[in-house]
Amino acid sequence: MAKPKKRHALSTRLWHWINAISVIVLFMSGLNISNGHRRLYWGHEGFAPEQAWLEVPRFPGWMTIPDYYSLSAARDWHVIFSLVFAFSLLAFMVFAFANGHMVRDIFARAKEWKPSNIGRDIVEHLKFNFDHGSGKYNILQKIAYSGVILVLIPLMIFTGMVMSPGMEAAWPWLTDLFGGRQTARSLHFLAAWSLFAFFVVHILLVLASGPFKQVRDMITGGSE
Amino acid sequence: MMQRRNFLAAGFAAFIAGCNEIGDSAWFGKLSEGAQNWHRGLHRALGGGRIPMAPEFTRADLSPYFRGNGSLTVDTDAYRAAEAEGFASWRLAVSGLVDNPMELSMDDIRALPQRTQITRHDCVEGWSAIGEWTGPQLSRVLEAAGVKEEAEFIVFHCADTLGGSRYYESCDMDDALHPQTIIAHQLNGEALPVRNGAPLRMRIERQLGYKHAKYLTGIEAVASLDEIGEGKGGYWEDRADYQWYAGI
Repeated sequence: MAKPKKRHALSTRLWHWINAISVIVLFMSGLNISNGHRRLYWGHEGFAPEQAWLEVPRFPGWMTIPDYYSLSAARDWHVIFSLVFAFSLLAFMVFAFANGHMVRDIFARAKEWKPSNIGRDIVEHLKFNFDHGSGKYNILQKIAYSGVILVLIPLMIFTGMVMSPGMEAAWPWLTDLFGGRQTARSLHFLAAWSLFAFFVVHILLVLASGPFKQVRDMITGGSE
Repeated sequence: MMQRRNFLAAGFAAFIAGCNEIGDSAWFGKLSEGAQNWHRGLHRALGGGRIPMAPEFTRADLSPYFRGNGSLTVDTDAYRAAEAEGFASWRLAVSGLVDNPMELSMDDIRALPQRTQITRHDCVEGWSAIGEWTGPQLSRVLEAAGVKEEAEFIVFHCADTLGGSRYYESCDMDDALHPQTIIAHQLNGEALPVRNGAPLRMRIERQLGYKHAKYLTGIEAVASLDEIGEGKGGYWEDRADYQWYAGI
């Protein structure tokens, strides 16, 4: 397939913004759901304080959707956007593999994994120089993007599926893979906050690297 | 910088206000119902042709204590009297779109073929507990009563009240006839404790806890849920807009 002339392919841009909305809605409605039972456990079951490995704080209204405690309304948002989140990622992956974006731009080459290259990249980032490296993205970007697209978001989706008892009945092996529903719930929580950490760093780096051009290019496609 | 921060804060506030507005709209409710049907369709389709079954566990996995939630008893003299005599006079009515309406005693229920299953109970709040449940499959009772063709849902009537209203629940025929859907009278080999719904409760293993109606007094086959309660198919569905399909 021909190399796209735009900096960002249409499929990438569409997915980026659909995914941004999904992540924000799922994260904030998820914090509301978390308020329903604020303890996390490992294994299959758990409900008592002495079984918990973590007691999480109650998240205030301004962090949640809706902005008051409502398990049913928060679940409505979660139920709708979980489908958007999962199927938009699936569609993006199909396009990103088909147009070569994934292999060409996101996957790191063997030579890029050299500690000297990673070290140099960290130094360049600390100097606020983001325009370096031979490919479209430098090694830190490749690690971050592939980590989010291929690990964190799929982990969110699959642990979410484990927590759905109807889905679990269809794919019980998925629960076994994670070692139990409560383990999946704990991983869902940890992955959500990891995704939030990416979100914060991502936005800070966009702000530090010419935010107007970055956002414009992610809307119009920009040029190579 | 200050202006940019104010701009972001105002944008965030508008986003929250927008979400609240959307959440209260009628079309959002329809969208949620549509999404629930999508989830349910995927759950049924991804079973790969077999009947999707909830995982079953061993006695080693049992929760040491099975907590009660929601109603923890039925606050009536009649219930206390029934409890005192070991629920000997408790009756389960089978009614609605059936050829033979029935009233089953506890002995009738114990005389039916029994299924024992160790399953995980998942509350909508997020916690889970594992228990061993024993009772006849609902499908056996429905078969004996002769459910009519036009029945689309089974409604579960309960003795307990929450906030002054009688608890009830419902499921579709797919869940009603599912092999793991049983009318449990035992937990962990003992008569059902009061906090867990004595003397009878539903087990609908592919859905969340609020579907598992406790203190069961009646089973009714219906063609539509519109005339039952407030029409949304369950106590929490009517009162707090909980999802009717709780397999998510």
